[in-house]
Amino acid sequence: MGLKQNLHNLKEKYKGTKMAPAFNAIHTFLYLPNETTQGGTHIKAADDLKRTMNIVIMALVPCLLFGMFNAGFQHYAAIDGSLRTDVLANFFTFDNFWIGIIKVLPLVIVSYGVGLIVEFIFAVIKGHEVEEGYLVTGMLVPLIVPIDTPLWMLAVAVVFGVVIGKEVFGGTGMNILNPALTIRAFLFFAYPTWMSGDKVWVYDAVNRTGTADAISGETILGAYAQNQEVVYSTFDKFMGFIPGSIGETSTLLILLGAAFLIFTKIGSWRIIVSTFLGAAVMGFIFNQVVAADIITESSKFYGLMNTVWWEHLMIGGLAFGAVYMATDPVTASQTNKGKWIYGFLIGFISIMIRVFNPAYPEGVFLAILLMNVFAPTIDHYVVQGNVKRRLKRAKVKTA
Amino acid sequence: MSKDIRIKKGLNIKLVGEAEQTLAVTETAGVYAIKPEDFHGIIPKLNVKVGAEVKAGESLFYSKSDARILFSSPVSGKIIAIVRGERRKVLEITIQADAKQHFAEFGKKEASKMSGEEVKNHLLSSGCWPFVKQRPYDVVANPNQSPKAIFISGYNSAPLAPDLDYALKGKEAELQVAITALAKLTEGKVHVSISKETNLSPFNGVKDAELHGLVGPHPIGNVSTQIAQVDPINKGEVVWVVTPQDLVVIGELLLTGKFNAKRTVALTGSQFSKPKYVTAYPGATIATIVADNLQSEHTRIISGNVLSGTQVSLEGSLGYYDNQITAIPEGDDYEFFGWNKPIFNKISASRALTFSWLSPSKKYDLNTNTNGEHRAFVVTGSYEKVFPLDIYPMQLLKSCMYKDLDEMEALGAYEVAPEDFALTEFICVSKQPHQKIIREGLDLMREEIG
Repeated sequence: MGLKQNLHNLKEKYKGTKMAPAFNAIHTFLYLPNETTQGGTHIKAADDLKRTMNIVIMALVPCLLFGMFNAGFQHYAAIDGSLRTDVLANFFTFDNFWIGIIKVLPLVIVSYGVGLIVEFIFAVIKGHEVEEGYLVTGMLVPLIVPIDTPLWMLAVAVVFGVVIGKEVFGGTGMNILNPALTIRAFLFFAYPTWMSGDKVWVYDAVNRTGTADAISGETILGAYAQNQEVVYSTFDKFMGFIPGSIGETSTLLILLGAAFLIFTKIGSWRIIVSTFLGAAVMGFIFNQVVAADIITESSKFYGLMNTVWWEHLMIGGLAFGAVYMATDPVTASQTNKGKWIYGFLIGFISIMIRVFNPAYPEGVFLAILLMNVFAPTIDHYVVQGNVKRRLKRAKVKTA
Repeated sequence: MSKDIRIKKGLNIKLVGEAEQTLAVTETAGVYAIKPEDFHGIIPKLNVKVGAEVKAGESLFYSKSDARILFSSPVSGKIIAIVRGERRKVLEITIQADAKQHFAEFGKKEASKMSGEEVKNHLLSSGCWPFVKQRPYDVVANPNQSPKAIFISGYNSAPLAPDLDYALKGKEAELQVAITALAKLTEGKVHVSISKETNLSPFNGVKDAELHGLVGPHPIGNVSTQIAQVDPINKGEVVWVVTPQDLVVIGELLLTGKFNAKRTVALTGSQFSKPKYVTAYPGATIATIVADNLQSEHTRIISGNVLSGTQVSLEGSLGYYDNQITAIPEGDDYEFFGWNKPIFNKISASRALTFSWLSPSKKYDLNTNTNGEHRAFVVTGSYEKVFPLDIYPMQLLKSCMYKDLDEMEALGAYEVAPEDFALTEFICVSKQPHQKIIREGLDLMREEIG
């Protein structure tokens, strides 16, 4: 009672001042506000944006925890390959998790800290409430970067992503590009050596380069792109015991997250299903190209083109992108029909870029950003269908 | 039954406080207030002055745009005040009602022998015309237009809505006469819709109209839902709409020559100690109707239903078109971690740690808390699940917000009324005022396009 009353008094005190949005953000985090309906419906359903965003964060937590264990596991397994023979026994250890704590947790803290500071500053300057969009973005960002990303680099990228990706358009709900992917894209184009190659995906691989203790930090996609043999089993790929961006590796947990998002009706099943479908179709086409001997082993595209279509769905960031990134309602298509087209093209183009991009064998974030740009166009044509139906009805009537 | 109207999209909001089927009679004497604002889009020109005596059915004011449209006093008595607001806008005309009612005499009519023009003039001169509303724009009908059809929804699916089968029981003769008369006003048909779930409707076996059975959740009882399935409105077309309780008034006028606006009003909602039906005249002071029936001072009183009704105080009055008063608890309290804890006592269209999907038949005691703050549109695809019309709701709302008339027209604004966006507003995660946005959009269209 005491806290509630005190906070209420403070809210009244700050009302109308510059700092009100900053205070309210903290207040509404603790308490659902005492606002009542004025005009319009007198009752409202239980859901608000905070609750919606919170569900997405909950769906991401398993991926984060797994990523923290995996950070350690990939590090130790790169040093001592025998650990891979019995993954399950060697995976959930405190040593592994400790690496997660010292390497992954700081990324999370920097992402949230910097992002929320920017959000608070904008809310105070523009005099609107602090919007919830960054709650999810802040969690996504550390999960889609390589483990050895320097913290200052992340901080710069977050500032860029939040300001240019979102705030200049007017904040959550107005942005054209997915802010988390804008941050990822900024990192990729500004600091490419830290974002790709065969070192950055395993903790300490960069530091050890050139020393006697050098370890490999390569992803499966990297290996395929260079037509190398891949050492990981299908089980490893599905479970996520492989190198990669921090949260993207475990297809199993991502699918569980997808099930949770679909069940709670927060994530669009249309986008998730159609993205996987698009990727499978593109993968299958490439398989057929190889089967028809159009591309032979001498080609530099052979490794990735020859990857079985369903394997494409498990490796790289495709599953993570399909479930957590493509489904961002603000930047995705907004019509149900449009979501099918939007998702399908994301999957389709992802695999295409993955195979053909010479510099960096992954295309999911580029494909999603590209389709973010095209989503309004897709919607426009879907809505025009409705408009034409209406006009046709009128013509039949008058004819 | 000619054609059933079925929908799957929608949401039945089940609340505590359904009216028990007992009827109490409220005193007629008292103060009545008629608010021109109840007749949206009408600019009133007064016919009366303070101190004048009026009979029930004598006009208080007329429409500036068409002097034939008269607005009648529901009761006989003395005008005691004319309340004006900014720029001398008439807010209220208050009448001290007589204990015994005197009715203006309009003469008995035989509906089947009247021509369309006669019916129209009779409704206009007796003050019954405002009961006829039109689509597009959801305003009082323009008597110079002729509608392609007339729709009457004999079933109200809104939360805690009065049971029309009960409220209109015994009024079969009035309803029939009114429908016969209205049928003369259109070259098309009169469409009457009733629920398929009961067979007690007073509209059963009605003549001069096409009867439709309704199957599905709210907003199946909304006329727009029915129009969309039976005879959708195209550009340039007009459909007229009359509610059943207003049909009774028209019917009684034709049968007896009197304008008797008395209606059965449902008192609903968890804050009533005895939710029940009462008889009342439009404009009646709320306090006299709900006398001693409220459980708490801390109550939101609504003239109408919880989705589209108007907030009123105890000193306020019953809306001209309303046949329901709802009382629910005010929700002006904080809730600790209300945004992330599991919710069992509120309704939700999602399953985001909200559990109303587990018990679809449970009745809820919802309060007026917004359950969150106003935000920009973020979530997509949720409105479509409760919106049965072949219209993209969010796209239409946005076109209203950026005032693109061509786009509003193309997206189907002629086919909707604000009440059709009540459910989307209820479930809106961003807490946007959908009905207000649509109302303002329609007003703009009416002003610019006409």
